[in-house]
Amino acid sequence: MQLSVQNLVKDFGGLRAVDRCSLEVREGTITGLIGPNGAGKTTLFNLITGFYKSDSGRVIFEDTDVTGRPPYTLFRQGLCRTFQIPREFKEMTVLENLMLVPAGQCGERIFSPWLQPGRVKQEERELFDKTIATLEFVNLIHLKDEYARNLSGGQKKLLELARAMMADPTMILLDEPGAGVNPTLLKKLMGYIERLCADRGITFFLIEHDMDLVMALCNPVIVMSEGKKLMEGTPNEVRSDQRVLDAYLGGQYAAADR
Amino acid sequence: MSQIISLLLVIISVAGLAILLTRKSRSSRWIAFVGTLIALGLTVLIGSLLDAPSESMFSFLVDFLMLGGTYAILSLGLNVQWGYTGLFNIGVAGFFGVGAYVSTILVQDPINVVGAGNESITVHFFNLPFVVGLLGAMAASGIVAVVVGFATLRLRSDYLAIATIGVSEILRLIATNERGITIGNRGIENIPQPLHQCLVIPVGANPAPPCDLFGIKIPQFISLAHYDWFYFLIVLGFLLIAFLALERISRSPWGRALRAIREDEDAALALGKNTFRFKMQSLIVGAIIMGGAGSIVAHMVKFIDPSVFDPLQRTFLVWVMLIVGGTGNNKGAIFGAFLMWAIWSTTSRLNDILPPTLLTPLGKIDVASQLFGPIRIMAIVIALEVILLYRPRGLIAEEKHTSTKIDH
Ligand SMILES: Nc1ncnc2c1ncn2[C@@H]1O[C@H](COP(=O)(O)OP(=O)(O)OP(=O)(O)O)[C@@H](O)[C@H]1O
Ligand SMILES: [Mg+2]
Repeated sequence: MQLSVQNLVKDFGGLRAVDRCSLEVREGTITGLIGPNGAGKTTLFNLITGFYKSDSGRVIFEDTDVTGRPPYTLFRQGLCRTFQIPREFKEMTVLENLMLVPAGQCGERIFSPWLQPGRVKQEERELFDKTIATLEFVNLIHLKDEYARNLSGGQKKLLELARAMMADPTMILLDEPGAGVNPTLLKKLMGYIERLCADRGITFFLIEHDMDLVMALCNPVIVMSEGKKLMEGTPNEVRSDQRVLDAYLGGQYAAADR
Repeated sequence: MSQIISLLLVIISVAGLAILLTRKSRSSRWIAFVGTLIALGLTVLIGSLLDAPSESMFSFLVDFLMLGGTYAILSLGLNVQWGYTGLFNIGVAGFFGVGAYVSTILVQDPINVVGAGNESITVHFFNLPFVVGLLGAMAASGIVAVVVGFATLRLRSDYLAIATIGVSEILRLIATNERGITIGNRGIENIPQPLHQCLVIPVGANPAPPCDLFGIKIPQFISLAHYDWFYFLIVLGFLLIAFLALERISRSPWGRALRAIREDEDAALALGKNTFRFKMQSLIVGAIIMGGAGSIVAHMVKFIDPSVFDPLQRTFLVWVMLIVGGTGNNKGAIFGAFLMWAIWSTTSRLNDILPPTLLTPLGKIDVASQLFGPIRIMAIVIALEVILLYRPRGLIAEEKHTSTKIDH
């Protein structure tokens, strides 16, 4: 198992957002994570990537216990995430948004521009080429010199995916990549994810509410409800499972009652 | 005569600024800017011709550039912290003051201190070369930054603001009360200036021996009045080195990471950046530059007291300079500093125009002490508000392609 979550718990005051949740993501899959609003999906991502500290439980990534590690160390191990609401670097160009990403850049050390200017320049050149290739892959190349804040909602989602790609990760956690993306772009986005998984062997673990996307793309699908894993199965199994229906409907009735 | 000149200077500055800010097109703004500079230069020139002695106008100009230069250095330091990294340092005065005091203590010659011997206080001064003082000032300010950084940079960003202003006040209190080290409120006088004995032809009966520089004997060759020009070169040199150094690192991947942290720290963290390390480095670099400014000012005015920690002049004014000039742009930081310093220092020339006291419905007021402070702050604040209204990103805004060195 590439990623394994064991009995993870997270409390927000009196509210238990993640409740003894255990699940596993197999290498080379596109694993879906679905569940009603407030099920704790985003919180789970934040726990895995070290943005929140769990109250108990463990996270194992590629055979190392990474529980409670700061986010940037996980990134360097090859685990990359995107955000539900895009968090682009607004006052930077699309190009810079991507060039920033790769870890261990020589020029990020403060003295390198003086001590090894040649190496910094060389690295920047390679980085530039890689960025251009990535932007071409996600079809944003025409926007490379635009401020990231000027991108549309869907384009920002693509930017987030492109940023994750720049890291050459082994696993990407996507939080609702399809939210607010128009159907045409969504088709493209799904294509990109499939290709990245097939060609580069990147594992995807993605939260999504769009059932068409989940059904077409993900296998297996994990269902979360009230902080716990409810079930796991193929898209078809999930679709026909009574517990899943109840979870979604129950959530809606509960919301309607209030 | 000088009163009319001063009034003209103020009017031209304000008019120039107004035109600069209201024009939309780039070229007409440049014309306004260059026009203002020429008008100012001509006024000064004519003034210095008509007004005897002509040297006074010129030395006013050198003075202006020297002091403006030290503000430009401070503004550059703040630009690293706030402009690039978004670190809300509202204790600039603290880093500046530490530099001033440390440098003074390192360089001061005990015999210069009036009455040091006959008081109960024992004062320690080290009589070291200016360069040691300057480096010591930069190091000390950097150390303060390390302490503040470790205490606050892992916490929410507001804590840095609280800590910097707190540390700055604490340092001011130390300077006031630790009389054994700082001579308290009386301040330290006669601070030695770099190479002063080597350069300035001594006046008076007993000629000092020629200066001994690494075994070479050099006779002094400039007059006292011209020493300021030499010191001006030191200020300019430091400013230039700081500017070039910052340009280089801020355009490198290092600077790119800083700007990403400013834009969205969590996203930078998610993308593998050790944000604490970068924020720490940025805070230290800025502090080192501010400490250097403190040292330079101490040896320029040859006197310091706890008022070097004045938050109005050394924090607020520097912030206004950076915002007006252009947050995130080193050129803007320098330009804003000189521009605001022009407004700040010309308002003091109003002294020559207005009568010493004014009768108002509220009673008699003393113009020098009661009116100038407020007028000055008003002028600065109005300038700031105009900028924020019309050019929120500053006169020379941050460049779009700051960190892309590759030509494409
Ligand atoms: N930082 C926080 N502080 C307090 N409560 C939080 C916090 N983050 C999440 N919660 C709560 O935890 C629960 C789970 O939230 P979470 O964002 O994980 O849901 P989700 O499954 O991602 O929902 P959605 O599909 O709407 O994005 C919610 O009840 C939410 O209000
Ligand atoms: Mg969510």
